[in-house]
Amino acid sequence: MTGAVDLATLWAFIIAFAVFVYVVMDGFDLGLGILFPLFPAKADRDVIMNSVAPVWDGNETWLVLGGGGLMAAFPLAYAVLMPALYVPMVAMLIGLIFRGVAFEFRWRTTQSERNRWDIAFAGGSWLAALAQGIALGAILQGVHVEGRHYAGGWWDWLTPFSILTGAALVVGYALLGATWLVMKTEGALRDEAYRLSWALLLAMLGAIGAVSVATPFLHVQYTQRWFAWPNIILTAPVPIAVAAVTALLLRSLAGKRDYQPFFLSLTLFALSYAGLGISMYPYIVPQSITIWQAASPANSQLFMLAGVAVLIPLILGYTGWAYWVFRGKVRPGSGYH
Amino acid sequence: MFEGFDAVGLARAQFAFTMSFHIVFPAFSIGLASYLAVLEALWLWTGREVFLNLFNYWLKIFAIAFGMGVVSGIVMSYQFGTNWSGFSDKTGPVIGPLMAYEVLTAFFLEAGFLGVMLFGLERVGHRLHFLATLMVAIGTLISAFWILSANSWMQTPAGYAVNADGQFVAASWLQVIFNPSFPYRLVHMVLAAYLTTALVVGAVGALHLLRDRHLPGPRVMFSMAMWMATLVAPIQILAGDQHGLNTLEHQPAKVMAMEGHFTGHPDGAPLILFGWPDQAKGEMKYAIEIPKASSLILKHSLDAPLKGLDSVPRENWPPVAVIFWSFRIMVGIGFLMLGLGLFSLWTRWRGRLYESRLLHIFALAMGPAGFIAVLAGWFTTEVGRQPFLVYGLLRTADAASPLAAPAVGSSLIAFIIVYFIVYAAGLTYLFRLMAQPPHHGEQGPRADQPARAAGITPAAAAEGAAR
Repeated sequence: MTGAVDLATLWAFIIAFAVFVYVVMDGFDLGLGILFPLFPAKADRDVIMNSVAPVWDGNETWLVLGGGGLMAAFPLAYAVLMPALYVPMVAMLIGLIFRGVAFEFRWRTTQSERNRWDIAFAGGSWLAALAQGIALGAILQGVHVEGRHYAGGWWDWLTPFSILTGAALVVGYALLGATWLVMKTEGALRDEAYRLSWALLLAMLGAIGAVSVATPFLHVQYTQRWFAWPNIILTAPVPIAVAAVTALLLRSLAGKRDYQPFFLSLTLFALSYAGLGISMYPYIVPQSITIWQAASPANSQLFMLAGVAVLIPLILGYTGWAYWVFRGKVRPGSGYH
Repeated sequence: MFEGFDAVGLARAQFAFTMSFHIVFPAFSIGLASYLAVLEALWLWTGREVFLNLFNYWLKIFAIAFGMGVVSGIVMSYQFGTNWSGFSDKTGPVIGPLMAYEVLTAFFLEAGFLGVMLFGLERVGHRLHFLATLMVAIGTLISAFWILSANSWMQTPAGYAVNADGQFVAASWLQVIFNPSFPYRLVHMVLAAYLTTALVVGAVGALHLLRDRHLPGPRVMFSMAMWMATLVAPIQILAGDQHGLNTLEHQPAKVMAMEGHFTGHPDGAPLILFGWPDQAKGEMKYAIEIPKASSLILKHSLDAPLKGLDSVPRENWPPVAVIFWSFRIMVGIGFLMLGLGLFSLWTRWRGRLYESRLLHIFALAMGPAGFIAVLAGWFTTEVGRQPFLVYGLLRTADAASPLAAPAVGSSLIAFIIVYFIVYAAGLTYLFRLMAQPPHHGEQGPRADQPARAAGITPAAAAEGAAR
């Protein structure tokens, strides 16, 4: 069945797309929370919050689509992975609660209460990002499946590799957050964001390198997928492209082109994500369950495909409009009054 | 810790806890989004400033309630997998697409236009802003459509087949979506959301009228809320009655538990007003009852026979006491709402709507009643579905994740702690906003940060609002 684009493969791409849109969109606003402790001034924090306040809710909706879509299109994978990732998932949800309510709560408080919600915003963002990265690592290293059930313990996910991917995602989100600030702010705040972007880019490259080196040791299949002839013809462009994008990103940071670093950072994410896809395909639970084994019946996938085909372009359209309405630099005090 | 506990019981406790804290916010934001759309329409149509002030006033409250609904809702969407993986695997092909459609048609619509609704009035102009408000309001209703369809399918499954892997699959999507209990549940829940919101708006209006009966904002909101209670409470009672008859047809054991009928009544069943259900003995103790009234309500005939739980195998009995009591709480509050509506109609006719302190105290006391009724109603219908997740087809015990009790217990504790922190804070901020009357020149979210709001004394504000 491999090769031809069948319904299950199409849905794998749709779910992957939803998760990717989530990662790039919520990634930068989680990144802002990760960087929050580095911006102690209230005025800076107000600007940072205002730069995403109108859009964060839409960003997070892609996470619901990723989860809901997985349950609908690949119920077996959802049923196996969620118990396997129990602790990281619960931690992520708790992190998202704290950072989500902080958007509204910090404007409704007295000064001392506001500090508490700033801590909740930063702490929640760290927790959610770390948990998502750990979940990614735990999926890549594979889970213990028997029949149609997860059969491992509730701490199986905790390995040096999953901690590495957790840290890598925190760094990556922080880079997105810093380059977002470069794009959306001015003056001293933007200068600080530039300085952070340099450091975070180096850290991100280190993280990509570390995960790339560690992944082939997890399973021999990953090694073959990347390095065996003739696959290498298809896989080699990925690291080459990473190098090229890095060069462009360095140039844009040096040349202070406010809008380029953010989009080039997103491109780095896209390449890393493509790398993950290359490693995993056609498994949805690595080494245990393929996308065809996990797929819903065709009539479920077709029923949703009709909606996706019409609604996703529409959603991208009005989401784009909302970003357009709030385009440009956010200025202190002028916020979104 | 938790070694002696039953993992399925803990998973149920976790779902009940997180769901109960979630449902109150959608119930409120469905009603409030529609109310905001009405307020903005009235402002655009009449140009009267009081409507804009009310719009901005309730918009800030909406922003908090909506945010809390979103974060507690994300927990729900992942809990199906974490705690109920058997359910996800078996019903994913049927329930999953309904929820995916909810995300695609409702959540994105709400989230996409929410930012413009909250912060964009001056950026996009009046017409586009009104469109954004309308989209958010419509989004909340579409969301109710899909999630109630999914819930109703679990109550009254239809249009399905079972495949080789033991999964439910759709045979007819139309029958799945429009399953037998769905239209009744949808109407009952949307009306409940509107009533809940009306009672909150009415209570806030009443609070400020008790302090100063001349404030224009509170007068307008109180009058609107009382019209809503007057008109919708009777319709809701009729809708609830029809929903009950539908339940009798498709889930008779649930109605037996609601009525407290442990035994059958071949010649007319009594309406048990109060009593103490003893599940183990299968009998109702200390019952106060009206002879034959239950048959009259359910069958429209005094002597119509009604079966009791003794006609259902014991292992299929739902827990009677919870259902029996939660149903009475819901119905009792429903009639209190009707009473409030009629009382307000009478004072309105006497021209004393803004003067009657008794009415205002009654309305203030009824502020949280909608939430209690919604929770009681959901407890009735969901506990009444037990011991099944998909009624008659999939047992709750067979649908849980293969997790040890300590895992489920720890996450339950974590959610309880987090929810108490977040909800305590959220309610504090909501009450703070509601404790202020809407001001003259009321600003939307962000513009009234505490430093500035503190500069407006209530007296000056009242004077300004009266202008």
